[in-house]
Amino acid sequence: MVISSTTADYDQNLHSTFASRYVRASLPRFKMPDQPIPKEAAYQIINDELMLDGNPRLNLASFVTTWMEPECDKLIMSSINKNYVDMDEYPVTTELQNRCVNMIARLFHAPIGEGDTAVGVGTVGSSEAIMLAGLAFKRKWQEKRKSQGKTYHNPNIVTGSNVQVCWEKFARYFEVDLKMVNLTEGCYVMDPVKAVEMVDENTICVAAILGSTMTGELEDVKLLNDLLMKKNKETGWNTPIHVDAASGGFVAPFLYPDLEWDFRLPLVKSINVSGHKYGLVYAGVGWVVWRAKEDLPEELVFHINYLGSDQPTFTLNFSKGSSQIIAQYYQFIRLGFEGYKDIMKNCNENAMVLKEGLEKTGRFDIISKDIGVPLLAFSLKDSSRYTVFHISESLRRFGWVVPAYTMPPNVQHISVLRVVIREDFSHSLADRLIADIVRVVNEMEAAHSTDNTRHANSTGNTRNKHDGEASEHSKREMHLGISKYWRRLVHGNKTSSVC
Amino acid sequence: MVLSRTIGSDSDDSVHSTFASRYVRTCLPRFRLAENSIPKEAAYQIINDELMLDGNPRLNLASFVTTWMEPECDKLMLAAINKNYVDMDEYPVTTELQNRCVNIIAHLFNAPLGESETAVGVGTVGSSEAIMLAGLAFKRKWQNKMKALGKPWDKPNIVTGANVQVCWEKFARYFEVELKEVKLSEGYYVMDPEKAVEMVDENTICVAAILGSTLNGEFEDVKRLNDLLVDKNAQTGWDTPIHVDAASGGFIAPFIYPELEWDFRLPLVKSINVSGHKYGLVYAGIGWVIWRNKEDLPDELIFHINYLGADQPTFTLNFSKGSSQIIAQYYQLIRLGFEGYKNIMENCRDNALVLKEGLEKTGRFNIVSKDTGVPLVAFSLKDHSQHNEFEISDMLRRFGWIVPAYTMPPNAQHITVLRVVIREDFSRTLADRLVSDIVKVLQELDTLPAKVTAKIEISEEKGIEYKTELEVQRKYTDAWKRFVANKRKINGVC
Repeated sequence: MVISSTTADYDQNLHSTFASRYVRASLPRFKMPDQPIPKEAAYQIINDELMLDGNPRLNLASFVTTWMEPECDKLIMSSINKNYVDMDEYPVTTELQNRCVNMIARLFHAPIGEGDTAVGVGTVGSSEAIMLAGLAFKRKWQEKRKSQGKTYHNPNIVTGSNVQVCWEKFARYFEVDLKMVNLTEGCYVMDPVKAVEMVDENTICVAAILGSTMTGELEDVKLLNDLLMKKNKETGWNTPIHVDAASGGFVAPFLYPDLEWDFRLPLVKSINVSGHKYGLVYAGVGWVVWRAKEDLPEELVFHINYLGSDQPTFTLNFSKGSSQIIAQYYQFIRLGFEGYKDIMKNCNENAMVLKEGLEKTGRFDIISKDIGVPLLAFSLKDSSRYTVFHISESLRRFGWVVPAYTMPPNVQHISVLRVVIREDFSHSLADRLIADIVRVVNEMEAAHSTDNTRHANSTGNTRNKHDGEASEHSKREMHLGISKYWRRLVHGNKTSSVC
Repeated sequence: MVLSRTIGSDSDDSVHSTFASRYVRTCLPRFRLAENSIPKEAAYQIINDELMLDGNPRLNLASFVTTWMEPECDKLMLAAINKNYVDMDEYPVTTELQNRCVNIIAHLFNAPLGESETAVGVGTVGSSEAIMLAGLAFKRKWQNKMKALGKPWDKPNIVTGANVQVCWEKFARYFEVELKEVKLSEGYYVMDPEKAVEMVDENTICVAAILGSTLNGEFEDVKRLNDLLVDKNAQTGWDTPIHVDAASGGFIAPFIYPELEWDFRLPLVKSINVSGHKYGLVYAGIGWVIWRNKEDLPDELIFHINYLGADQPTFTLNFSKGSSQIIAQYYQLIRLGFEGYKNIMENCRDNALVLKEGLEKTGRFNIVSKDTGVPLVAFSLKDHSQHNEFEISDMLRRFGWIVPAYTMPPNAQHITVLRVVIREDFSRTLADRLVSDIVKVLQELDTLPAKVTAKIEISEEKGIEYKTELEVQRKYTDAWKRFVANKRKINGVC
């Protein structure tokens, strides 16, 4: 007699995901699970966990683009399986990169003729771009010193202490000294006069920032250029300039076309810009362009000889996706000069709206300037009862991510809140943010004024207080103590460089 | 009287279908930003159409990099495309997923970790970045050691085989480390452990072994290297470590060759890199590097980002980048599990054998790759007198296949191979089709006169003095060899 038995776990596909056993088991976190699970379950589990991430579009800390048109999303998804480095297999994608480099070089007034090709490359971000530019300077300087028979073991770079962390990385990993010009109260960017003073014969370049991370200010590259030209004439060292235009590179040409900061200045030899900031592309693309072939030492360039064409490459990364390059080209042809200009103007106006709203509360000092990258950096006029860190924390309840930072040396006593205005931050969102900030500030005020009135009453009642009950006075002390702890905890905080 | 007029033919642009509009009539400036904007549909269409002329990624048999993922994963990737990975505070779950991947991979490589100990490692954009980070760690450790001993520390070197991927050369050139290469020889296409250990001197920061050589997929004998190096270290006291470049092999060996000792089970292996986008089965843009333990990663290289409460140490070259690939890697690890990966790798290996047998049956090819290793088939012609591998590669393109032909690195440059990489999405039917197309190509070539002999005939007619056939052949083959001598850099194409 055959006894048939049903399988206990009958066909898994019958169960809807949330009815199946896959949501009952905890996935091993540190070891690979032994068995596979259905793709629907895998998708659902990961999707659900990711719900607890912040909402990218409400992340006002970041310069990096968080929205693109659906047509572009379509292009991105269809090219997601193209390995960018296969230049021979994907010649059109390679061509698109070259076109982007040329467009950007001309946007920055590189001195190239109509039919000439620009020298530049697409990277994964400004970090890689800066490392490549720095490497080029370092190698050029070393060659120069060797030919002069001088020592070449102690290169240094002069920059402001407001630099993004990738310059510190470059310095540490590539063994270059970082000579920083410290900030002073009221001057939150690199002072060109002090910078030029610091230049010595071991300086491989001076790095100016167009669009300081902290305050969005555009450094005075023209003044730096003029002062450095004078010094070069006296010393004969020929120190060049690099402009870190990570944020400003796609803002200045559209909003401030008369501002001379790019290759129009003769000492500027290379510029980097983040495609994923105001280039309006998702995270993962940056650009570096050199003035001319001479500024990029040949020995750093690897030549890949595909049958017929010589493709020179100079990147740190090798295999990577093609999507962001294609997206950058999409933005260039979709928007054109006028499109970018309109978007930057909108950002600027929304920044003004936010600024007026904040000024109206009467509680904030605006640290950022009107001219610069569209962002608002503001500090509290009175930080004695509550600090910007409290405000930042409270705003999170509403969903906003507004970061609070201490400024770099020597102005660490100043803490700011910073709101970056991206393309997708509309006027209505600006109004909402102001309303929420006002609400938070009022809450803070109310909480601390009741403390004060209670304090006034309690001085009359101290004799009645028991030992166990903390007096209002000591509560305030605790409050201040906590704020001090918070401030110390984020002192020297590199999040200030979160792009 | 009011004269009404119709608006000109350039009426509301949104009415026109894209191919009826003026946007496909103008040539977009290629090197300069256009003055005006164009509608998004036009922008999409123009770019999409140009890209049709790119090769088909899935028929690209040159690349190890994944070209297909499940639609569920595509959905996750698109949803995460606007998340900047480096914002660890804003996206704590994504950061957590990266940490889980690092730990899972470290355990896969038998890193000597306790039950609740966290692994030391990081996600990168690819093996290039991973190798640079690992190399930096070795360089810094060695420099500190030499400084402490009061010895010169300005001439570090790395010992590796001539079959290395181009990223090692990049590392050497950009970070000012000398590259000491062990040359290959005919029939032996990987680094010889004995020669490697001989080359080690006191300035050697590490010896780099490759698990899955780019050219023929072979696994180097890391165990033997370890044993020889342990002996030498005992004599010299230099303590030279090993790095394993497991870019392709790291996600193969643990599944189908679990007894092969190549990872942290060997005491001298201090760091390993693997490409998530090769047999990790994720799209291009992700790699991993794992260190044995904390001491192997000098603290001074790590940047500490202090978010309220949590200390997040980071050690990467890139900063902002997309989160999609990290999430996709985690998806694959939990979706497939050990068994899933094993099944896929076994399928790849079986399909490689099918291809190999098909090629052997033609009787025209030597198989240069081994059975054990990365699933790929590298083969060369037995008879080079009439035609060579580059011609076969060219003719296969007509069918849509991209099968690259390369010359081997020194000292085996006279050997040319065709290489087919078997990826997850290369099914049995595709293998059969490829074999039949190769057979067709061979037949066609047989009917064609040899390019070399044809030229000889022409020169005879023209009364040009000709050398012997052999010399002329050599002349042309040499020209080809020189032409693609630099092509070996493509050997770096992952």
